[in-house]
Amino acid sequence: MPSASVPQLDRRQVVQSLLQDRGDLLVIAGLGAPAWDATHAGDHALNFPLWGGMGGAVSIGLGLAIAQPKRPVLVLTGDGELLMGLGSLATVGVQKPANLSIVVLDNERYGETGMQDSHTARGVDLAAAAIACGFHRGIFVTQKHEVDALRKDLHTLQGPWLAQVKVATDKLPLVLPPRDGTYLKNRFREALLGPQAHFQK
Amino acid sequence: MSSHWSEGVYQLFKQQAIRQISLVPDAGHARLIKLCEADPELRVVGLTTEEEGIALAVGAWLGGDKSVLLMQSSGVGNCINMLSMLWVCQVPLPMLITMRGDWGEFNPWQVPMGRAARTVLEEMGVLVSSAQQESDVVPLAEGTLRIAYNTFRPAALLIGQRVLGAKTFTE
Repeated sequence: MPSASVPQLDRRQVVQSLLQDRGDLLVIAGLGAPAWDATHAGDHALNFPLWGGMGGAVSIGLGLAIAQPKRPVLVLTGDGELLMGLGSLATVGVQKPANLSIVVLDNERYGETGMQDSHTARGVDLAAAAIACGFHRGIFVTQKHEVDALRKDLHTLQGPWLAQVKVATDKLPLVLPPRDGTYLKNRFREALLGPQAHFQK
Repeated sequence: MSSHWSEGVYQLFKQQAIRQISLVPDAGHARLIKLCEADPELRVVGLTTEEEGIALAVGAWLGGDKSVLLMQSSGVGNCINMLSMLWVCQVPLPMLITMRGDWGEFNPWQVPMGRAARTVLEEMGVLVSSAQQESDVVPLAEGTLRIAYNTFRPAALLIGQRVLGAKTFTE
């Protein structure tokens, strides 16, 4: 879909509203801007922001969703990050975890490297790809009221679904999460599993 | 007839409370895959590429599940950048890797990655051991599972073509 023809949402506002009253939501944030967006909404022990592993966000979400089938899991990632791991949509489509949601913040650009076009700028349709891979739902989001509806859908465990949310390309101040992977991992595990996380045999 | 190594490795998965088995299929793993698929307590996740299995293991561990990744040596090359996550986050992951290109290989295209697999893994911080006879597979697999989960590291066992038999392309 040509980018000029659709309204563009503010990515920070989108993420802020998705993570509002987050309840027991577990969040994987893909590297680059989605990790900054999640941190802008508030650093949280049950966020796992990525500083690398490009293309891996959806697979991390899948492993987590399988391990914690009663908890809603949100993968918040970018178009470039997802394009690098497109096959993982097929893997999710086969596993069909009801508690997994994917929100792609699609600015049609590689934002960290100089705003070069990604394939979504030339019409690659990630929502349609999700449906083709067997997701229950793949939707294209351009309006604020649609984002509000997505926030509710995060908690209904009727996935897997993917929303491709068109966002603007504005340069926003960096809001960086902690960088130490062992800290992020241990903090997440302890918040989710309790102190016994560290005593697992 | 003595039991196949796959039976022993499957028993190790049960003893170690492994929950998620991710894989890109390989003929050498076929029997082990069947055993895992027949077990309702194991979640078998087929992958489109091996690097998904590295990321899956990170998510599984965040959620309290132990996982194991099964692949062929050619898959090691697909994992390189994703292996960074295991190093940086100290996520445990045992990998059982069936070799191509190491002994009696028929297909020249399998040799480069087979030859590089061990070096690549070690350079990316993975502890590597190698089984060259069938009787070594289960004890080395046990060590691989233990060192991964006891010390929060990726660890790989390479299972050589001398154990598996080299594919001959005659049938």
